[in-house]
Amino acid sequence: MTNTLKHTDFYDNEGKPAWKAWLTTTDHKRIGLLYFYSLTVFFLVGVLLGLMMRFELISPGKDLVEAQTYNGLFTLHGVIMIFLFVIPGIPAVFGNLTLPLLLGARDVAFPKLNLLSWYLYIGGAVLALSTLLVGDGPPDTGWTFYAPYSVKTGTNVSMAVLAAFILGFSSILTGLNFLTTIHRMRCHGMTWFRMPLFAWALYATSWIQLLATPVVGITLLMIVVERWLGIGLFDPVLGGDPVLYQHLFWIYSHPAVYIMILPGMGVISEIIPTFSRRRIFGYKAIAYASLAIAFIGYFVWGHHMFTSGMSGPARIIFSILTFLVAIPSAIKVFNWLATMYNGSIDHKPPMLYALGFIFLFLVGGLSGLVVGALATDVHLHDTYFVVGHFHYVMFGGTGFAFFAALHYWFPKIFGKMYNLKHATRAFWLLFTGFNILYFPMLVVGIMGMPRRYYDYLPQFQVPNVISTIGSWITTAGLIYMIVVIVKGIRHGEKASSNPWNGLTLDWQTDSPPTKENFDAIPTVTERPYEYK
Amino acid sequence: MSTNNTVSENHSTAVNHEHRDDAGRKMGMWLFLFTELLLFGGLFLVYSIYRFMNPADFSNGSHHLDVFMGALNTMVLITSSLTVALSITAIQKGNAKLALRMLAVTILLAIFFLVNKYFEWGHKIHYDLYPGTDLFKALPSGEGLFYVLYYFMTGLHMIHVIVGAVILVFMGKYISDGSINSSNYTLLENGGLYWHLVDLIWIFLFPLLYLIH
Repeated sequence: MTNTLKHTDFYDNEGKPAWKAWLTTTDHKRIGLLYFYSLTVFFLVGVLLGLMMRFELISPGKDLVEAQTYNGLFTLHGVIMIFLFVIPGIPAVFGNLTLPLLLGARDVAFPKLNLLSWYLYIGGAVLALSTLLVGDGPPDTGWTFYAPYSVKTGTNVSMAVLAAFILGFSSILTGLNFLTTIHRMRCHGMTWFRMPLFAWALYATSWIQLLATPVVGITLLMIVVERWLGIGLFDPVLGGDPVLYQHLFWIYSHPAVYIMILPGMGVISEIIPTFSRRRIFGYKAIAYASLAIAFIGYFVWGHHMFTSGMSGPARIIFSILTFLVAIPSAIKVFNWLATMYNGSIDHKPPMLYALGFIFLFLVGGLSGLVVGALATDVHLHDTYFVVGHFHYVMFGGTGFAFFAALHYWFPKIFGKMYNLKHATRAFWLLFTGFNILYFPMLVVGIMGMPRRYYDYLPQFQVPNVISTIGSWITTAGLIYMIVVIVKGIRHGEKASSNPWNGLTLDWQTDSPPTKENFDAIPTVTERPYEYK
Repeated sequence: MSTNNTVSENHSTAVNHEHRDDAGRKMGMWLFLFTELLLFGGLFLVYSIYRFMNPADFSNGSHHLDVFMGALNTMVLITSSLTVALSITAIQKGNAKLALRMLAVTILLAIFFLVNKYFEWGHKIHYDLYPGTDLFKALPSGEGLFYVLYYFMTGLHMIHVIVGAVILVFMGKYISDGSINSSNYTLLENGGLYWHLVDLIWIFLFPLLYLIH
């Protein structure tokens, strides 16, 4: 089957030159791969900046870079990782690659718009990276661009902010595309509650992308206009209110955290039942939990501002609402565990990354409650505890889910299989390095070390050295994983069309799929994950 | 072509039978309009908060705006919403000529709006009432914020008027070459929806900036 169709799979350029066939494609799988390769490049740039920061922090005082350079490093590390990797991350790459396959459709609703999203993404990325090279140096405000400093600093803030604006537009268009696709293009028999849970997660994510991103878009435009025209929208000297900027920024950027994590949870919900050979426990609960997280996520932004000057009642309300988000998140975790109970669990690499996700997300989520609680947050605000928490959720959560998705859909996308033994070893190296890198941050944060300084007091050195060593192990793990993946793409053994024996529609077509995905549009008669 | 005949047949039918989903296209447009509303929503929020913080200064500022010009432009935009709706009805009934005419009237009204706006802004700029001048710096900070928001909000709206007019010009082109016709007019409906949004936002801007004293 796969053999006879080999030359009609979606890698076939149909006689066009390769560069043209790829850069003008409207095929969702090709666009997904374009995103995949570009995201990987930016991710590696972000890793490099992070490594430099960790190296600087190996001992007190100046080691590698000047204070101002360090300010640029943590700003760009944040901007690149958040706007170029984690936010587009799973939806842009694996959403594009698999959503139409999961729904039994031939493509997304607006294929040309999909390509435009990618070009906007590249445009924003080039603009963000060029802040390194041109003008008065990279921005030094932190990725949050807090006013009034972002209005006054002489560094390249306007360009970075415009980059974020363009990237936001790209994100909105992807969300719009997925929402329409999910509403209009499900195959025969696929009712809402027969949709795979990854599609549900993308659905909830897309609504956040659509409804939250414009707010940060206009806020960032206000920063640019304020810088160019010297007006006082957020500058207190000219009558503006800097706390208002923080509100507007977090009205988007907290929901954005759920743009980052929800698709990851969706990936895990695909992998757990497949590798436990069990019907997913609480299908509807997981689907509704995605919507609940997206909904409640709009009303918790104030918890970033407990120390910024808010009224007591407002702080208490934001704290309570923050705790409410933990409920749907925990519903998902318990449902995954219940799915595995009595299952025949297969510890293949995708499952390992999924289990790694659950563990790291647990640490990240619980440490999130510590900073979501009013009293402890006042102590821990702007310490390394927050940095540790954030990386456990974003790298341990979304990052590991990204790797899980990569190892899960690899045979579908490339039609080949990576070396399972080496992939397993790479996972363990990465997982170990990760904890050595980030757990000391939680400790040193409780000890009181503030974040965003290139220097620290001598008593914080031991955890910092451990953390820096962890950054090397993590990098080694990442390189190992990349080598395994690249070797798999190049020389991997041919994979069957359904190597994990999955039941969702993506596994019922060829690997790699044909341009049209399915020979005939399939019909669905039951829920996904009906493993017997 | 494929070695497998049945497969290749399936493929060619799939390619030839281009599936058109008008409801889906309209849904995409509505979703996009949500994002536009939220874009301006952010500005309305900032406006409300600064108005709450500086009620007297905002009142002073709005007294200096020309209510007649604003009202005239409001009438112009509401009329243009009518003409674009008439254009859609005309194409639905197969009258491409009338549809084109109504579209032309809409575009003329858009240009009238922009010219009017040019005189309004020009008048203020003539009196040095814009950010950076000595007069502007001497204003109370709340009044300065009012004018900053006035320029920002009407300026962003103006960009939308221009974009909307350009979209309508393309709609006219598609009607003339027949790709928008009585059986396929979703594109024109979507263009019309965008134009109604431009109108709708102005209907909120007008009272916020000109009428509330």
